[in-house]
Amino acid sequence: MRLEAIADPTLARSLGLPALALVATVLVGAFLAMLAGADPLQTFGLIVKGAAGSKFALLETLNRATPLIFTGLAVAVAFRARLWNIGAEAQLYAGALATVLIGTKLALPGAALIPLMGLGALVAGGLVLLGPVLLKTRLGVDEVVTTLLFNFIMLLLISLLLEGPLKDPMGMGWPKSEPIPRDARLPRLVEGLRLHWGFGLALVSAVAVWVIQTRTTLGYEIRAVGLNAQAARFAGIPVGAVLVKTALLSGGLAALAGYSEVAGLKGNLTLDLSPGFGYTGIVVAMLALLNPLGVVVSAIFVAGIFVGADGMSRAAEVPTYIADILLATALLFMVLAILLTKFRVRRG
Amino acid sequence: MPSEAPAQGGPVLRLSGITKRFGALVANDGIDLDLARGEVLALLGENGAGKTTLMNILFGHYSADSGAVEVMGKTLPPGQPGAALRAGVGMVHQHFTLADNLTALDNILLGTEPLWKPGLGRGAARARVVALSRDFGLAVDPGAMVADLSVGERQRVEILKALYRDARILILDEPTAVLTPQETDALFETLRRAVALGLSVIFISHKLHEVMAIASRVLVLRHGRLVGAVTTTDTDRHKLAEMMVGAEITPPAPSRATPGAPLLVLDRVSGPGLRDVSLSLRAGQITGLAGVSGNGQGALADLLSGLATPTAGRFEIAGNPPGAWSPRAAIAAGIGRIPEDRHRTGTIADFSLTENAILETYADAPVSRSGWMDWTHARQRAEGIIAQYDVRCPGPQTRIRLLSGGNMQKLILGRVLGENPRVILANQPVRGLDIGAVTYVQNQLLAARDAGAAILLISEDLDEILTLSDVIHVISAGRLSPAFPRGTMKPADLGQWMAGHGFGDHGNEEDRKTGQGDKGQGGSNAA
Repeated sequence: MRLEAIADPTLARSLGLPALALVATVLVGAFLAMLAGADPLQTFGLIVKGAAGSKFALLETLNRATPLIFTGLAVAVAFRARLWNIGAEAQLYAGALATVLIGTKLALPGAALIPLMGLGALVAGGLVLLGPVLLKTRLGVDEVVTTLLFNFIMLLLISLLLEGPLKDPMGMGWPKSEPIPRDARLPRLVEGLRLHWGFGLALVSAVAVWVIQTRTTLGYEIRAVGLNAQAARFAGIPVGAVLVKTALLSGGLAALAGYSEVAGLKGNLTLDLSPGFGYTGIVVAMLALLNPLGVVVSAIFVAGIFVGADGMSRAAEVPTYIADILLATALLFMVLAILLTKFRVRRG
Repeated sequence: MPSEAPAQGGPVLRLSGITKRFGALVANDGIDLDLARGEVLALLGENGAGKTTLMNILFGHYSADSGAVEVMGKTLPPGQPGAALRAGVGMVHQHFTLADNLTALDNILLGTEPLWKPGLGRGAARARVVALSRDFGLAVDPGAMVADLSVGERQRVEILKALYRDARILILDEPTAVLTPQETDALFETLRRAVALGLSVIFISHKLHEVMAIASRVLVLRHGRLVGAVTTTDTDRHKLAEMMVGAEITPPAPSRATPGAPLLVLDRVSGPGLRDVSLSLRAGQITGLAGVSGNGQGALADLLSGLATPTAGRFEIAGNPPGAWSPRAAIAAGIGRIPEDRHRTGTIADFSLTENAILETYADAPVSRSGWMDWTHARQRAEGIIAQYDVRCPGPQTRIRLLSGGNMQKLILGRVLGENPRVILANQPVRGLDIGAVTYVQNQLLAARDAGAAILLISEDLDEILTLSDVIHVISAGRLSPAFPRGTMKPADLGQWMAGHGFGDHGNEEDRKTGQGDKGQGGSNAA
């Protein structure tokens, strides 16, 4: 078997194949549900109901989607420049740490703390990615390795802080930080509904990233560097500087996930703040084909599967792990679909 | 010897009715080809005429939509790359497929010996390679590392590789592109011996004088169709060129240059890949740089492009040493750069024409103002280039990867010349272009010269250098020959320099008597 490049894929091909990927994912999920002894149709019905069947379910899905939009954007921005940032998890925790430090150590009114914490998170996340990027541009160190390993360093650092200087004296011995003041919490998006302004900030960020990519000089530079760094360098685009700017943007976006989770939802910093939002952000970005507006859609889709699977497993006897499998399957099929929009398989 | 080959039995290779479509494009349209035993058949055609597709079908890389491939009377199964090799067809690609860190002998044996019998029959294999190189006049030391071999020697190893596998049919794809005139002569001698020994050769080229010199028959492809089949005795270069292009062609005939002040000066400059290079590019003059590829052309181009900085020597632009040297500084200093590889360096394949048109000026007003792009201005820039330089494309939003090489080069040309550069670096500006585009690009360079630009033309095509250049330097192993004014050097003399003779450490060869008035017909190749 060989692959033959398709110069200009038809619209039917570029839309039909991803749709087919989703269908294939559903079929795999149905098979797994049958293996677990449940009725596949009922299982999917319960997942959809759990994700969007009620106002509460829908808001829960959007709440869960919020950090995924941020990490998805972070990955999409970086991957667009062929900067393989696998460290959104570390940048998220850096953002959460900055949020908690500013929120608990500065005695300021909430109206001042809210923007300050966000700014602090942005800077902290950007700085966390700056190191690996400088190592890459100066010494040629592979950023996949450094950003990945930074995730563990950051988690251990947080663990150290939560067991030590940041430990909440009122926390009954649990490793968690003091909470940030009540008035420094992100307000509800709509009064009475359990959805905070972090979601609004995520939507604004997605639009902002889209504007940056399509309308600004930096966006042009980022795309040029990502598509062909050799041609970009020849044309006089400062590749190293562009990568540094990309890193600050990407790391900052991932850190906003930590900011939004702490200031909007949890109120304090714990070691289980993120169930892998940084890694899931990679899936979100890939499913969205790195399009910032698509990230919003795919983040809600991914969050819906997780939330829906939670609800489903309470009602049917199918474990929630089906959500992870569905997600992994969706990603694999989607990657295959993308490949097949660009290449045709030939025998022989 | 070039005459109609004796028809002993049937043809050794027969392609009949080969048709291959890629979407709406018909790459091969009902092509018939017969190759007789002991003949050299030239396959002539512009880029995109369908030569490569046809050979890929023969080798089973593609399967044809219709038609059949027969070798020695047996039909090959379509789409099986091994079948042609086993049937005795050997191909020498333009880009060699050798492992640098193995010896010539190891490269030849690679893939022919079972892995679990190391060393067995090595002595015999060596003897066979030595015998083959003697019989075919392919001088190669079997024990030499490929990394240490010259390009000509590597090509000989490739040919030996095919012969060692008992190839009865040799296909050579643009084999002379990387050779000095002397090496080309030696290659032709080898091919003559091969056909005398009963082998058959398909010679793919767009160099007409070489086709006339080596082939007995010529098949001309145009737009995927066979438009002509002639014997070389019944035709001439002019007729072949017309057949290939489908129209009358007039090659550029440059007038005498009126050189002005030196705009860019290198004085005993050394750097990575360059040794003691002295060069002066004058206004209103084309300086040609001849040489076998990989002898420092890339290093010199990188230096002028802003990608590399000299480690020693004096480097001046318009009388001043440049400050911090970078591609952006080079552009700012008025150097227009036409890069060697338009696909990988000159353009971004998945960018639109608009985005590619502003690649070097995207940061300047009016295309960009305080960090915001003005796409209306960018598109106008692209539309201007498309109109002025006759870039054939569906529109400025088309991704540039969908354009032909010629149209891609026209966009680069427009991007560069539109900035009115004082110095132009033209690195292989017409490589791989069809004749129409070649003439266009060359005339644009001549117009820029007449408008006062100082041009450095780097090319591996000696004919092109001889036709366009007002002065010629030869580069060899990073060293630069003295400047030879137009008409003072014959191709064979330049070939001596290209082979590395005459660079000071070889006695007084610089005093070599040179002929005069040679117009660069490349006649010495047609021995």
